[in-house]
Amino acid sequence: MTTATDTRTRTIKIKIKRCDGPGKPAYWQTFSVPVKRGEGANVISCLQYIAANPITDGGVATTPVAWKSGCLEEVCGACTMVINGKVRQSCSCLMDSACPNEGDTLTLEPMRKFPVIRDLFVDRTRLFESLKRVKAWVPIDNLWEQGAGPKETPDEQQTRYKLSECMSCGCCMDACPQFHQIADSAKWQTAFIGAAPISQVRYFNLHKTGATLKADRLSEMASQGGVSDCGNAQNCVKHCPKSIPLTESIAAVGRATTIHAIKQFFTGK
Amino acid sequence: MAAENKNARVIVVGGGLAGLAACVRLAEQGVSVDCFSIVPVKRSHSVCAQGGINATNEIARQQGFSEWMHMDETLFGGDFLADQPPVYEMTHWAPRIIDLLDRMGVPFNRTPEGQRDLRLFGGSLFKRTHFSGATTGQQLMYALDEQVRRYEAEGKVAKYESWEFLWPITRGEGAERRCVGIVAQDLRTMQIRAFPAEAVIMATGGCGLIFGKSTNSVMCTGGAAARCYQAGAWYANGEMIQVHPTAIPGADKCRLMSESARGEGGRVWVPAKKGDTRDPRQIPENERYYLLEERYPKYGNLVPRDIASREIFSVCVDDHMGVDGRNQVYLDLSFKDRDELDRKLGGILEIYEKFAGEDPHDVPMKIFPAVHYTMGGLWTTFTPQERPADPRQDLNCGRDTVTGMKFGAANTMMTNITGLYAFGECNFAYHGATRLGANALLSCIFDGLFSGQGVVNYVRTEAEPVENVHQSLYDEAVQQEHFKTQRLIETAEAGHNDPATNPYQIALEMGDEMTAACTVVKTGPRMEQAMTRLRELQDRYQNVRLADGGMWTNQNLSFTRALGDMLILAEAILQGSINREESRGSHYRPDFPDRDDQRFHKTTIAKFNAKTGRPDFDYRDVVTGLVKLRPRDYGKTSSEPKKSKEPATV
Ligand SMILES: Cc1cc2nc3c(=O)[nH]c(=O)nc-3n(C[C@H](O)[C@H](O)[C@H](O)COP(=O)(O)OP(=O)(O)OC[C@H]3O[C@@H](n4cnc5c(N)ncnc54)[C@H](O)[C@@H]3O)c2cc1C
Ligand code: SF4
Ligand code: SF4
Ligand code: FES
Repeated sequence: MTTATDTRTRTIKIKIKRCDGPGKPAYWQTFSVPVKRGEGANVISCLQYIAANPITDGGVATTPVAWKSGCLEEVCGACTMVINGKVRQSCSCLMDSACPNEGDTLTLEPMRKFPVIRDLFVDRTRLFESLKRVKAWVPIDNLWEQGAGPKETPDEQQTRYKLSECMSCGCCMDACPQFHQIADSAKWQTAFIGAAPISQVRYFNLHKTGATLKADRLSEMASQGGVSDCGNAQNCVKHCPKSIPLTESIAAVGRATTIHAIKQFFTGK
Repeated sequence: MAAENKNARVIVVGGGLAGLAACVRLAEQGVSVDCFSIVPVKRSHSVCAQGGINATNEIARQQGFSEWMHMDETLFGGDFLADQPPVYEMTHWAPRIIDLLDRMGVPFNRTPEGQRDLRLFGGSLFKRTHFSGATTGQQLMYALDEQVRRYEAEGKVAKYESWEFLWPITRGEGAERRCVGIVAQDLRTMQIRAFPAEAVIMATGGCGLIFGKSTNSVMCTGGAAARCYQAGAWYANGEMIQVHPTAIPGADKCRLMSESARGEGGRVWVPAKKGDTRDPRQIPENERYYLLEERYPKYGNLVPRDIASREIFSVCVDDHMGVDGRNQVYLDLSFKDRDELDRKLGGILEIYEKFAGEDPHDVPMKIFPAVHYTMGGLWTTFTPQERPADPRQDLNCGRDTVTGMKFGAANTMMTNITGLYAFGECNFAYHGATRLGANALLSCIFDGLFSGQGVVNYVRTEAEPVENVHQSLYDEAVQQEHFKTQRLIETAEAGHNDPATNPYQIALEMGDEMTAACTVVKTGPRMEQAMTRLRELQDRYQNVRLADGGMWTNQNLSFTRALGDMLILAEAILQGSINREESRGSHYRPDFPDRDDQRFHKTTIAKFNAKTGRPDFDYRDVVTGLVKLRPRDYGKTSSEPKKSKEPATV
């Protein structure tokens, strides 16, 4: 629907690293996509265009590109991918700023630390498994009526709220030099857990009922793949779309883990 | 009945708030659960919810409000189309649901003293909305997700994420018909499998995508509900679709600016003079037309959504007074304190800044209505229970007895197919003809926790153990789905360059047509025209072509399959709208501008006719008994801007 005279429309190029499935080789394809200025076009709307018109720049008909999305407003974490070399959400990547001019190119790749299922769609099961590893829940007794939970001050709430905004997108892990891709799920348990679950340890230990599992969480943090594997590169915090204070969390959990280890040493528990 | 079935399994389709709350209830009661979701449950649509969740609280009580009042507001807001006992029960359970979420660790905003803070929301005159910043849905989701993960770690819940529900498996006919499992497909490997269970709960959310761009997530196709409908489950009040007044139009979706923006004082206005293109900050107070405040002095900016949407629509479309001559009005928070805004609305202001490129702390936001919520849904039933009125909860109700729902009754939120339940946005039960803000999260969690107990009792004592079901029933169901899949897959060979048969093109046209004909303003002739278009699209769909014929993570297949189901559900929505010759709540017909209780104080029930492929309609009286019907005008005055506000020069 584009015409050469429509000055509000420009054609940009989307270069995508594709892969037909696990164990298959990766290959690149480029697509030309018409984009209108001022209409809020983003990577998702471009991928939707490609899904409807799966023809490469060279005019070859191909399969639509696989990717994941959900909320389209940067709260679900589904659409995370590597855009122009940087891991981030694709729904909040707007074309008017990313590709302002005719002929600009945008490069899309799947996340690097999680196994590719197809194209830009990766398997982040490990991330959710790591939440089990640190018992990321408040162990309530039951669902019956028992009155309110523990009271907290607005400051305490604000601290917890910030940590609770983590949407398990995995950007902090993808950007972390200590976090490596591991296909074999049996090895996840002892591999470096990554920044987000460490921050969740802090989050749950800050809650009065959540803290009843504090010792278990800190033991996990003291074990192989725990907080001491963090090399303090601080890439995580730079890549977190929710501005979660990850280095603060890592420091807090690091200190708590040390104290916990000393206590354990002296009490033998 | 037979001995208690200790090995009973329940399938929960959907891992949004309704699905997760159901998992938690079932697992806590020792029932094994298989939970299915297209996306990892933590990424379900419910995370989008921003504003909050309603429940009466002690402060409100001391000011003379009560659960009864919350119920009354909900029924009134819904223009009395909801059956009353379920609304009674939901609003009366609300305070204990908040307490439970609080115990689960939801970081609700706090007052300086450390109490849970409250905000004002639409359709209410008292503060009853609990919130966690402006990402309440996300916070509630995470709390339930965490509890489910705990049960998962204990082996009580099994998750099937990236699996798509394809069809309910039933045995028997007529009233004897029972749901005994589902067929589902792994969206990665494309494996199709049958899963037996004593009961199935659908918690698959709304169908916003039928209207193309909406505030919903991309999974909200309504495809799952549409499949149940085609399998014989009734679909009720389909015509009741909520259009939210304040969204930012985008290329891929319309992003919501929560009602909490108005709850926290946000004001809706347009320049009083048509064609005034000045920077909004340069337009003095007396040259602004605060349309909602002037037209509805009592509720002001917090009139219910259907009313706000209609007024914004009419100011833009009929009066051509939209900002910059476009379909948009200002939603203004720029006069508020920056820090307070950040604490209470940070999440949504960030969204605006990110997607619209302007800072709403400084300039008014530009917004327009967008399709938002599905009040209609799978028809469900309940067991009423009469009991003495409670002097605290039913303050000033003026009666001795009340009617709620019986806790644990096996038919609670069961569809017309025994053993097939519908919870959350995918049922029709609580919101009538308009949903009040912050009542959806409540209804989802209420269904999971309250109605979930009915499922526990059903599978323990009433359902027939699935061991007794012959394997061939499951094999046939899988065969059927293989066949449908194969049919679609084979179309890929025919090439895919023709827009007429391109699934994305058909979806686009369906969305445009449904939005134009069947949202804020509906008229008979326009809808008839849309029906003709819809039939054409259905015909085109018969020749739809896939672009991917592979059997590995074929998203093209999944989308196209859902499109077929959406086209069928769209027809039920459209025909229901044509049939309802009155105006009620979100359903506004200028050709029938009044509510007609005589003819239409009734639930629309669409029954899929497998022979014609079209809906047959049935109308049932709404269950009342608690609150008398009254006109719903929210104290409207005039719809003219005050002439005195017109500036002399621009
Ligand atoms: C932007 C926005 C803001 C909102 N804000 C508020 C608010 O402040 N307060 C309020 O009360 N309400 C709010 N709402 C409404 C509320 O969020 C929803 O009504 C509610 O979250 C719906 O929850 P649900 O559990 O019924 O469905 P959903 O959360 O939509 O979950 C549906 C689940 O079903 C799964 N599913 C769907 N189809 C299939 C299939 N075929 N196979 C397998 N799984 C399937 C999905 O993967 C998902 O897990 C808001 C809605 C929107 C869009
Ligand atoms: S600070 Fe630790 S967790 Fe963060 S990127 Fe560096 S090594 Fe990784
Ligand atoms: S901490 Fe930030 S980057 Fe890491 S998973 Fe959470 S939201 Fe994503
Ligand atoms: S789609 Fe949810 S974060 Fe982008």
